[in-house]
Amino acid sequence: SLVFQGEGYRTVPLSGHVGFDSLPDQLVNKSVNHGFCFNILCVGETGLGKSTLMDTLFNTKFEGDPASHSQPGVQLKSSTYDLQESNVNLKLTIVSTVGFGDQINKEDSYKPIVEFIDAQFEAYLQEELKIKRVLHNYHDTRIHACLYFIAPTGHSLKSLDLVTMKKLDSKVNIIPIIAKSDAISKSELTKFKIKITSELVSNGVQIYQFPTDDESVAEINGTMNAHLPFAVIGSTEELKIGNKMMKARQYPWGTVQVENEAHCDFVKLREMLIRVNMEDLREQTHTRHYELYRRCKLEEMGFKDTDPDSKPFSLQETYEAKRNEFLGELQKKEEAMRQMFVQRVKEKEAELKEAEKELHEKFDRLKKLHQDEKKKLEDKKKSLDDEVNAFKQRKTAAELLQSQAQQAGGSQTLKRDKERKK
Amino acid sequence: SCAGPVESKTEAAMSELVPEPRQKPVVPTKPMGINTSLLGYIGIDTIIEQMRKKTMKTGFDFNIMVVGQSGLGKSTLVNTLFKSQVSRKSSGWNREEKIPKTVEIKAIGHVIEEGGVKMKLTVIDTPGFGDQINNENCWEPIEKYINEQYEKFLKEEVNIARKKRIPDTRVHCCLYFISPTGHSLRPLDLEFMKHLSKVVNIIPVIAKADTMTLEEKTEFKQRVRKELEVNGIEFYPQKEFDEDLEDKTENDKIRQESMPFAVVGSDKEYQVNGKRVLGRKTPWGIIEVENLTHCEFALLRDFVIRTHLQDLKEVTHNIHYETYRAKRLNDNGGLPPMTVETEENHESNL
Repeated sequence: SLVFQGEGYRTVPLSGHVGFDSLPDQLVNKSVNHGFCFNILCVGETGLGKSTLMDTLFNTKFEGDPASHSQPGVQLKSSTYDLQESNVNLKLTIVSTVGFGDQINKEDSYKPIVEFIDAQFEAYLQEELKIKRVLHNYHDTRIHACLYFIAPTGHSLKSLDLVTMKKLDSKVNIIPIIAKSDAISKSELTKFKIKITSELVSNGVQIYQFPTDDESVAEINGTMNAHLPFAVIGSTEELKIGNKMMKARQYPWGTVQVENEAHCDFVKLREMLIRVNMEDLREQTHTRHYELYRRCKLEEMGFKDTDPDSKPFSLQETYEAKRNEFLGELQKKEEAMRQMFVQRVKEKEAELKEAEKELHEKFDRLKKLHQDEKKKLEDKKKSLDDEVNAFKQRKTAAELLQSQAQQAGGSQTLKRDKERKK
Repeated sequence: SCAGPVESKTEAAMSELVPEPRQKPVVPTKPMGINTSLLGYIGIDTIIEQMRKKTMKTGFDFNIMVVGQSGLGKSTLVNTLFKSQVSRKSSGWNREEKIPKTVEIKAIGHVIEEGGVKMKLTVIDTPGFGDQINNENCWEPIEKYINEQYEKFLKEEVNIARKKRIPDTRVHCCLYFISPTGHSLRPLDLEFMKHLSKVVNIIPVIAKADTMTLEEKTEFKQRVRKELEVNGIEFYPQKEFDEDLEDKTENDKIRQESMPFAVVGSDKEYQVNGKRVLGRKTPWGIIEVENLTHCEFALLRDFVIRTHLQDLKEVTHNIHYETYRAKRLNDNGGLPPMTVETEENHESNL
């Protein structure tokens, strides 16, 4: 009994001020209360100034031990920071490659990076597929921008760069930058940029394009697109130039000012990355890169949308699969717990048996001891009894003799006395 | 085998349907961020402008439903709220239409623009509600409609190749019109709100408030509030969804003092003290709709449109929709037969 008036929506005029023009503010206020997330991935060889550039971009010294380069393969180091500016709370995560390009065989160097990016998509997908989920409070770790650091050789891209960027371009917004660009002269830089751009195009590498559909930013973004890759310099050292303190690098032949657009493209990078397109980078990550990942993952798992009738089927299968997986996990855990329980019981039984055995032995020993003692005592008693008996006999005999002697000895004693008197 | 205990564990783990009250952003398990003191302007606060620009470009959707017996001024009120002919009655529908024998759901959409902000507004009317002799279960078609919109959204969301912007037809706000009897809520009012407050944001309004004096209005509102409380009906803004202390203080005031808003609607203008105002003309005076001493229309308008519109949408999306989704996915681990029953559907749902 649902009736919709017409397909397309007619525009009707308002006869007065309604007040829904406050909607963007309402939405923005909610986002501000909630806080924002921004995640940057820095890919580049050791020594290209990745952490210095981050420090420079965000005007701060990000604490942290300098990465240990002792591990053999490519590692990814991630740190999260809380930044606050005006009423905006930004949870900034910076991920950097460690040891990228250090290996002799670099065939697999890109793999840890791809795996990391995919892992963040996977985590989000898992949350999205949960039955009871909290998406609006989820800490989004998906990479919004990948700064690819190109070594300032002045010649061309290395094959490692091309291979890596090709593997990443469908997964993340790539912004290529020429690192430590104060090593290249202005004229060489122009040639270098052209070479890089043409190599990227001929290899079909899709880098992030600053959006030109919104008229308010179309012009600036369009201009900036033409300046890619940005030639940057990073420095947190401040030097006095003129009567101002500026971020700069001092050489014997002059001072390179980081924020001087004639010296390098740092300001352009900051403008594009943070002040103009941060929201677009986040949106592209979610609506394009993540959707692609999700689609591929689900198709990999064997699901497809074919026609309207089969949609419930695929949904059911996904959840059935998840549910079975979950049940399987539970069963496994329960089995493991039961095994452990049985094991413990066995061990305890063995312990108790052991203890019982010991007790029995002890008892037997004591019993034997007791019997021995008893026997000894009995023997002693017997011998004492014998002694007593013997003594009694002797006593009786002695008494008898004595009484006999007394009878005969009254005369005997007299006789002895008489003999003595004589 | 261990089918028994495992099943109940799954049930227990997965059957928690009521979403938790919104918490502060979750602290990530990694070592927490270092608070950096900033030296110099970075420009991250520009994200506000960037976001604002993007939303202006995409535009907004808003879907509002009106429920109440016929004659309570629903269409007029919606037209007054949006200062344009957006309701069913004004869009070419026959004014002399008979009251339908059952509850019908009629949605009509328009685009309105103000200050560069484009809004696709859909007004969903429910003629026939409460108008029958026997009104038992007349909320069911309405509940069904609301759930159908959640279903539509869910279907699109779970597609493998899905639209960039999923079309949102979900009801963000349901204005429930209470008859100004001056006594108490009727059993139908309570029944409807009890059932529907769990699936949609309900904002109760006292219609045709120009039939009550100020004292009668205050007393009636108090009684209504008490009855809603006693019956455990949580109208929007729901207590459990207050995000922080600031929200709670602001919303407490609205919940305990202002709501339900006693409103009067009108699309006619009159001259009062040299100004043109929206009003209703009576022999004893002109009731100025937007005059706060006359009625609370302006409060309702500010509440729904100027301060809480985005929140109405977010509560619908983050809470009501999620509840629906979780319930849906829990039943048999899939979908109960809501669509045309195909063979697969039928078998798996036996």
